[in-house]
Amino acid sequence: MQLSVWTYEGPPHVGAMRIATAMRGVHYVLHAPQGDTYADLLFTMIERRAARPPVTYTTFQARDLGGDTAELFRTAAREAYERFKPQAMLVGASCTAELIQDDPGGLAKTLGLPIPVVPLELPSYQRKENWGAAETFYQLVRACAGPQVPAPGTQRAPRAPGVAPRCNLLGPTALGFRHRDDVVEVCKLIEAMGIEVSVVAPLGATPADLARLGEADFNVVLYPEIAGLAVAWLKRSFGQPCTTTVPIGVGATRRFCAEVATLAGLALPVEDPTLRLPWYSRSVDSTYLTGKRVFVFGDATHAVAAAKVAASEFAFEVVGLGTYSREFAREVREAARAFGIEPLITDDYLEVEQAIAALQPELVLGTQMERHIAKRLGIPCAVISAPVHVQDFPARHSPQMGIEGANVLFDTWVHPLMMGLEEHLLAMFRDDFEFNDGAVPSHLGSGKQAQTEMGIGAAPAAPSVPAPAVVTPHATAGDPIRWGTDAEQELRKIPFFVRGKARRNTERFAQERGIGVITLETLYDAKAHFSR
Amino acid sequence: MSLAAVPAGGCATAPVLRERGQHEVFCGLTGIVWLHRKIQDAFFLVVGSRTCAHLLQSAAGVMIFAEPRFATAIIDERDLAGLADCNAELDRVVTRLLERRPEIRLLFLVGSCPSEVIKLDLSRAAQRLSQRFTPSVRVLNYSGSGIETTFTQGEDTCLASLVPEMPAELGSARSLLVVGALAEVVEDQMLRHFAALGVGPVRFLPGRTAAELAPIGPGTRFLLAQPFLGDTARLLESRGATRIAAPFPLGAEGTTLWLRAAAETWGCDEARIRAVTEPGEARARAALSRHREQLAGRSIFFFPDSQLEIPLARFLARELGMRPIEVGTPYLHRQIMAEELALLPEGTRLSEGQHVDRQLDRCRAAQPDLTVCGLGLANPLEAEGFATKWSIELVFTPIQGYDQAGDLAGLFARPLVRRTRLEV
Repeated sequence: MQLSVWTYEGPPHVGAMRIATAMRGVHYVLHAPQGDTYADLLFTMIERRAARPPVTYTTFQARDLGGDTAELFRTAAREAYERFKPQAMLVGASCTAELIQDDPGGLAKTLGLPIPVVPLELPSYQRKENWGAAETFYQLVRACAGPQVPAPGTQRAPRAPGVAPRCNLLGPTALGFRHRDDVVEVCKLIEAMGIEVSVVAPLGATPADLARLGEADFNVVLYPEIAGLAVAWLKRSFGQPCTTTVPIGVGATRRFCAEVATLAGLALPVEDPTLRLPWYSRSVDSTYLTGKRVFVFGDATHAVAAAKVAASEFAFEVVGLGTYSREFAREVREAARAFGIEPLITDDYLEVEQAIAALQPELVLGTQMERHIAKRLGIPCAVISAPVHVQDFPARHSPQMGIEGANVLFDTWVHPLMMGLEEHLLAMFRDDFEFNDGAVPSHLGSGKQAQTEMGIGAAPAAPSVPAPAVVTPHATAGDPIRWGTDAEQELRKIPFFVRGKARRNTERFAQERGIGVITLETLYDAKAHFSR
Repeated sequence: MSLAAVPAGGCATAPVLRERGQHEVFCGLTGIVWLHRKIQDAFFLVVGSRTCAHLLQSAAGVMIFAEPRFATAIIDERDLAGLADCNAELDRVVTRLLERRPEIRLLFLVGSCPSEVIKLDLSRAAQRLSQRFTPSVRVLNYSGSGIETTFTQGEDTCLASLVPEMPAELGSARSLLVVGALAEVVEDQMLRHFAALGVGPVRFLPGRTAAELAPIGPGTRFLLAQPFLGDTARLLESRGATRIAAPFPLGAEGTTLWLRAAAETWGCDEARIRAVTEPGEARARAALSRHREQLAGRSIFFFPDSQLEIPLARFLARELGMRPIEVGTPYLHRQIMAEELALLPEGTRLSEGQHVDRQLDRCRAAQPDLTVCGLGLANPLEAEGFATKWSIELVFTPIQGYDQAGDLAGLFARPLVRRTRLEV
């Protein structure tokens, strides 16, 4: 048993739903009790999908358990076929149905439906959402493209002269972090090189599209967490090579284009002039980004990509890197080694919170969970990975990949920090009549809560702190450390986004030395101590 | 104890369409989302699967709490394969949890579909853990599983687990117990009304803290503030308490009838009842009149969700002139709903249980002006051109009592008003 407060991934059948919902002409019949239909709202509310996910739930109840839950499944599958007339059907069990062992695959077979029926075995007590998505996609690809697999040893026919090379784009799903926009962006990259995109799957594909996956010359893997298993099978079965670089950031996009050019036998294309990240990063306004300490957490692909971009395209210092994707722990460990840091491989939200609190980074690049952690700790944050939130489906085009993706990264990562600089300016001018010290930062709206969240209200008002009675009083263990008036005033001159850290460091410094009242000297001694 | 004011008829004997099929309704675990806010020193530990944990955080919507007072002990393959003793594992998890959260006074072990299918005996576990952690923490258990409970029924099973813990009332002193989680602002309004009516002492179940458990005995009269508390009512009766039958306190009329039922039990005279209820009722009617224009004559279709469907349909029909086409409810408790059914307009189609695809067919055929449904159906129906109201808001918003009647009507009027404003 594992104690879980928040979870980064849902159960594996939610992964299967992400595949079914992404596609057209597929229906998923899920043996499940009442309540499991909650998963529909992920798609209709978070992603604002205009149609219900193509899923039929059997909704068995306690009173059915002694009776015939199997018949309930058969009825649901038959009715779903008649009503929705899918081209292919997925059948499987959620966690509870797995325990009653009704064998949805076997039951569906007895119905003799005239379409491919793909049974899913997704061990709920062992695996999670992304694995479920990968396994489902793989099983569907096998079921649909399997009949087209050439005899072993067959050589791929060389491409006829004058025919454009073709590739498939694999991995985008429903409820994916910016998958919708990444597909548009990567298609643009590939088509600009004179390559035809044959099939994008699972997003928008039909089972008939999957059947012709083998026709393409190579596969582009957008999300290894989801397409990995299927791509390995396509390689074995059709001899299709695949890309290994995920084009997030400028460097990765360049490497990706080179890889694609090689696979397609084409020359490297001219770079799109709308790529702005390199110049924006070199412009003097960005100088203050140098060496900012950043903590990165997310699914493996996005976390590793973000860490590399942070280090080499923003000149940040990566102080923490982690993932909740245990299946891809190896890749993350390798990346962490390059930064000389210990990787954090965990799906325990509290552990991530602890790591962030201990590292006190100046920027967090994480998931919606880390956004909340960062908000509480008063640290700026940008979201780079699933699990998703309604905010992660913006109305505008906002990819993470390719040329425009790199531009988007620049804006979304710098934005919370720019706000920080703006705050610093406000603080500098706070004695001007326009800015009174109690004014709430403009971008935080109004209210006391916003202040404490950013660590602004954390500093007690100067008059409430009595002046030190003696110069270096000694504190006994457990005594609270007090701030002298002058030190307190000095602390308030420090930009708010590092003030929390300065306060904690100084207090720790004082604590360790048994200093009871922090003076100006203590503040600057601590600063010198910690900036070594 | 029926009310003279309630006319016989309505839908009291109307036929009910019983449906079997896919239920697009949450399970009882969802109740934790509001119960943990209500009982401030209680912790809810679901013993279940990753699905349970995922449901809770999806239903909670936003993850704003540093460490919420609920969590899931996720059963894994080692527990199922017998490699680990589930009870020993549970004890370990609970011990770790209580070490982390020393402020917790009441721990609910909440049963789920998987824990029930593998027959993990949480009542024995609760007893065992209660003994270990007494007196600082009391451990209780209830089921929120989807195979046993639907959405709001989780509150029923939770409150039912508290009933045996209520101390016995000494003597036969008369008291009123208001049953069902309500917003504090609503509780305070009700307390003022009851005080004016000379009804008291008044207590609430659940209380605001674990220690606040009302005493109970043969002198206890109770009013249900929520319509989904059948098991709790039964257990309260088995401890000698008597239910005061009444419609639910939604809308001006519902609130008056609810207060009146208690006042009459206390022998309050008619003049005083009128003096207390009329100002509140007038205020509520004034607030409603603003929305009546939007809602009168409009048809409404309820998908089953919170069990509040029947009282809401009654309120919307009688006080705002709406026309209920179909009122779906996860299950129909005829006894508790008797007063409500009698007030529901004749000819309203009642359905119990669900076959969601067939119900969607009926909804499309009926072309209602407003559809009340869960979050999984709302956007798809909007995309088909139907105006919808998400029902979950009706559970999270204070809607009971005179001073919330206008807000309640506003929840139904807003989707219609919005449509008249949008030009895109």
